[in-house]
Amino acid sequence: MELLLAISIGLLYAAGIFMILRRSLVRLILGLILLGNGANLLIFLLGRIEKGKPPVIPEGSTILEAYADPLPQALILTAIVISFGLQAFAIILVKRAYRVVKTDDIDEMNTTEEELV
Amino acid sequence: MNTNLLILPIIMPLITAIVLLFFWFRPNRQKYISLVGHILSVLVAIPIFLEAMKGTILTMAVGNWAAPFGIVYVCDAFSGALVLLTSLVGLAVGIYSNAAIQSKRASYGYFPLVHFLLMGLYGSFLAGDIFNLYVWFEVIIIASFVLITLGGEKAQLEGAVKYVTMNLLASVIFLTGIAVLYGILGTLNLADLSLKVSESPHRALINATAILFLVGFGIKSAIFPLYFWLPDSYHTPPTPISAIFGGLLTKVGVYALIRIFSLLFIGDPFIRDLLSWIAVLTMISGAFGAIVSYNLRKIFSYLIVSHIGFMIAGLALFSPIAIAGAAYYMMHDIIAKTNLFLVGGTIYKIKGQLHIDRVKGLFSQYPYLSIVFALAMFSVVGTPPLSGFWPKIMLLKGSFAMDNMWIIVGILLATFLTLWAMVRIWSKSFWSTEANEEKTTGRYQEMTTSQRRLLIGPILFLLAISLFLGFGAGYVSQMCSLIADQLMDSDTYVNAVLGITNLPEIQN
Repeated sequence: MELLLAISIGLLYAAGIFMILRRSLVRLILGLILLGNGANLLIFLLGRIEKGKPPVIPEGSTILEAYADPLPQALILTAIVISFGLQAFAIILVKRAYRVVKTDDIDEMNTTEEELV
Repeated sequence: MNTNLLILPIIMPLITAIVLLFFWFRPNRQKYISLVGHILSVLVAIPIFLEAMKGTILTMAVGNWAAPFGIVYVCDAFSGALVLLTSLVGLAVGIYSNAAIQSKRASYGYFPLVHFLLMGLYGSFLAGDIFNLYVWFEVIIIASFVLITLGGEKAQLEGAVKYVTMNLLASVIFLTGIAVLYGILGTLNLADLSLKVSESPHRALINATAILFLVGFGIKSAIFPLYFWLPDSYHTPPTPISAIFGGLLTKVGVYALIRIFSLLFIGDPFIRDLLSWIAVLTMISGAFGAIVSYNLRKIFSYLIVSHIGFMIAGLALFSPIAIAGAAYYMMHDIIAKTNLFLVGGTIYKIKGQLHIDRVKGLFSQYPYLSIVFALAMFSVVGTPPLSGFWPKIMLLKGSFAMDNMWIIVGILLATFLTLWAMVRIWSKSFWSTEANEEKTTGRYQEMTTSQRRLLIGPILFLLAISLFLGFGAGYVSQMCSLIADQLMDSDTYVNAVLGITNLPEIQN
């Protein structure tokens, strides 16, 4: 399970960075989404995967027994909500930028680099 | 010392922003409410600043959950000073935007967004938990995303695409760093991390994580190979927005770098060498950018990049005087850069354009105003006795003590190039008058006297603070050596956060 997750995280990061390096705006957004998901899975994996163990330690038992760490889940939840908001904004931004600039090619978005006259 | 005062700087802008949302369709009333909110924030920040300057580290455990498990807010002298400066910059920009923001933009929620942005800034300066710091960073970037696109002009949208992409990327890298750090050490509290990092056997893995943090914060603070988004986007939004971005947003990245590296990762020779090279290259490349640009605001954007290098240099040297210099420089830079953008915006209002070859004869038309602008511009350079001078002396002293010649060369060259950029603006736009000058005018001539006061007042206000930072150098450098002592000695920070609530050791 750990190995599978590790490989898929690596794939998500690789695919995400590859997509960001493309010139199309839509792929840029897809790349960012993949990267975000990769990071969430990474937190999940690094929080140690415990199968079938409760996150709550019953009264009277020792802490030595295996238990699931609830914190990574809370972190991922926060990160998912945040990235959802940001990605929604980014999608709208790309749509507006496409309408105004009339191109999908990032290389042609260079008005800000020219000296404004 | 445990105090609930620390939540107030975060709550105050939140309440203001929520109240402002109720006045969505009445931008004129929003102006007054927003101003009241800014003033209240300053009033809240003052007691925190004074308390922090006594040398006590203020802490607050949210929901009364003990330190390594719950979220804590921590305010040492560094955070206290930054909170106060943020509120002062917020007030100045708040006054300025009353005259400078068009009602079209105000009706799309400019005022509430500024307060949400300030809330994020206060939160990041006070956060004592690394994931909480991430969340505050996200609060900042979502507010700044909307602010940078507000109005939706072509240049703005193009700048925003770059800004949004780089910031989202930086957040993902930061989050990756947090995930790895949590995986190795099993805690998120900064003080607790600081303890566990020094005990951890996984030295190599921790250093690799340090690089993740360096890249993540480096994108946000615009250090050498990662700054190209900044000069492409900071000059696109209206003046008050770029003023607040230029003054504060990059400094949050630097703050996070200084905080994380002084608490967790410093001491590794590779990282310190890397930081000093980055510092030198940031200073020089930013300054070269400034002298080849012709758009006033673009010159100022490059100067932001260049001067980030000074603070990174202080962190790289990591001796008491260098850290004090970096903290001093940061305070000066927050005030001076905001003021620089306000000056640029006012020149735009007067002349209707920003190309330094086309803006002519400011000095002959507005002599007194020009003197004010000159003071603001030359305090950025650090002409003695203006505020930029003393921190540079401290940094130079620090680098001589460490025998780091490249940082000395970098500081001197970058300062000289900054002077060059400013003198170029001064001689081209202020002094020269040409017979065939195009007579273009901005909105300034149509403004009433009270509106003009709203534009000039904040510049004078920030200039006064900047002059205080220069002439009150004795007081400020004492303050900065306190900051440096606290940053150098991470034990005081750790004890203040964990000391009172230290739980019995758990065997594992």
